[in-house]
Amino acid sequence: MRQTKKNVVEVSYAVAEAVKQCEPDVMAIYPITPQTHISEKLSQMAADGEVSAEKINVESEQSAISACIGAQAMGLRAYTATSSQGLALMHEILFIVSGMRLPIVMTVVNRSLSAPLSIWNDQQDSFSQRDTGWIQLYVENGQEAYDTQIQAFRIAQETNLPVMVCMDGFMLSHVYEPVEYLAQGHVNGFVPRYKPGYALNPDKPVTMGTLGTPHYYVQFRKQLQDALLASKKTIMDVNSGFRSSFGRGYGDGLIEEICMKATPPMKKGTSRKHALITIGSVTGTARDVACKEGLGIIRVRSLRPFPEEELRKACSGLDSVGVLEKDISLGANGSLFDEVKAALYSLRDGPVVSSFIAGIGGRDITMDDIRDVCTKIKAGREVREWVM
Amino acid sequence: MAKEMIEIRIHGRGGQGSVTAASLLAIAAGHDGKYSQGFPAFGVERRGAPVRAFARISDEPITIRSQIYNPDYVMIMDPTLCELPEIISGIKPETVIVINSKEGGRKFRNKTYLYDATTLALELLGRDIVNTAILGVFAKATGLVSLKGILEAIDREFPQKLAEKNKELVSRAYRETGS
Repeated sequence: MRQTKKNVVEVSYAVAEAVKQCEPDVMAIYPITPQTHISEKLSQMAADGEVSAEKINVESEQSAISACIGAQAMGLRAYTATSSQGLALMHEILFIVSGMRLPIVMTVVNRSLSAPLSIWNDQQDSFSQRDTGWIQLYVENGQEAYDTQIQAFRIAQETNLPVMVCMDGFMLSHVYEPVEYLAQGHVNGFVPRYKPGYALNPDKPVTMGTLGTPHYYVQFRKQLQDALLASKKTIMDVNSGFRSSFGRGYGDGLIEEICMKATPPMKKGTSRKHALITIGSVTGTARDVACKEGLGIIRVRSLRPFPEEELRKACSGLDSVGVLEKDISLGANGSLFDEVKAALYSLRDGPVVSSFIAGIGGRDITMDDIRDVCTKIKAGREVREWVM
Repeated sequence: MAKEMIEIRIHGRGGQGSVTAASLLAIAAGHDGKYSQGFPAFGVERRGAPVRAFARISDEPITIRSQIYNPDYVMIMDPTLCELPEIISGIKPETVIVINSKEGGRKFRNKTYLYDATTLALELLGRDIVNTAILGVFAKATGLVSLKGILEAIDREFPQKLAEKNKELVSRAYRETGS
């Protein structure tokens, strides 16, 4: 069988390529490990004239996101990327972006937070920004990182909401693997030119980010919440549109159910009793293990908006599930665990929900680790453990 | 699927190009039409310190992302690393080892290919950067990737002048290795 040549690239470069193809007008980026290869590549592209965007070299991440606000408010398409402390430094501005309904797109290359200093991967950085009013999409592999980056620009401008594309640092960002690129014309067709409903313009003055007295502020907040919940449909539509145009899609866009239907050695017609709930690139390793262990996998792709109903539906009829996540809400639990548990509370005879905190600070998650987690889920008793 | 997936672990010292070797291998396998993955053991890199890198090659899409604990192949860029316990950690009886070494040194029970890439690299590059030469040995010894694939990967990843020298390194190491 003649096999076709595959485009093996570093995933960070694939993301940079996707950003370039989406033709942003402004890129304001401050380099930070492990996001650096994206910012380096985009800087190179800007210097070589391959991308027409103005690349602003800022002095901090707070400036990067602030510059994006200015650009996007002018009606331009703005992009930034960061990791870890950089994202934490953006924190106060993130609320302003969503509050002003500016559809800025940001890649978050997930890394743990200090102290102790760690450059390695986990998802504490973006998880801790989940209340800022941004859409957050978590990708599993290089192809999805590239595809989602393109989808993100369209989702953002269709919803007037900012989007974070979250990808695991190193585990994904620094891996060479096959990624299929779309033709420029296809990207242009999928992501139409950005036409803002309103923009800063001296000839037609508007006020953005004005004072919100109690009477008005609550209405702004309610609108933002409604918009985020409504964005679920946009994320799903963009995912299915992408699938019908290019043959690649990711579950329903919000969650992906993996081997949840009976496959050998189970009898036909029987369904899974246990499932592993994952987020991000660890899903890949889990695919090789969980299905063989007789568990299904439910991957959360959209953390915000949170796929509450979708998870309820996917988990209905299961005896037990375990949430495997690279996050800890210190003093409580893994955030995904808490949210999954809350979502399933109203299910009649809902499954037992266990929590597994794994991969913190870049600790490798091995197949044996996942096998062990699967065994504990199948035992059907609630456990809360750190995999370490 | 897991059965046909080949796992390769590369040991070297910071500055010898082990991480680049893993990515070149992945690109070359992709050139050959296979699925592949190449990545480093992410650390705080220092010149001369032991580093590890990993590659996987398969006819099927690769989804696993953990490090490699039971490699099918091991490449050792620096013979002084052979004494480290991590070199043989998890190796199987059938694991094949490729070492940058003059004859002699540590004997492994496994099938081993020795090639003096340092002398060749010093001759052609003037520096002890042996990654590409060892890839040439690996390609010939294992047949897992094509010479053409590696040459193309080098062309894509290296600036032209450096690419020419490295292609010569690969080709000579390839020629001088028995399959």
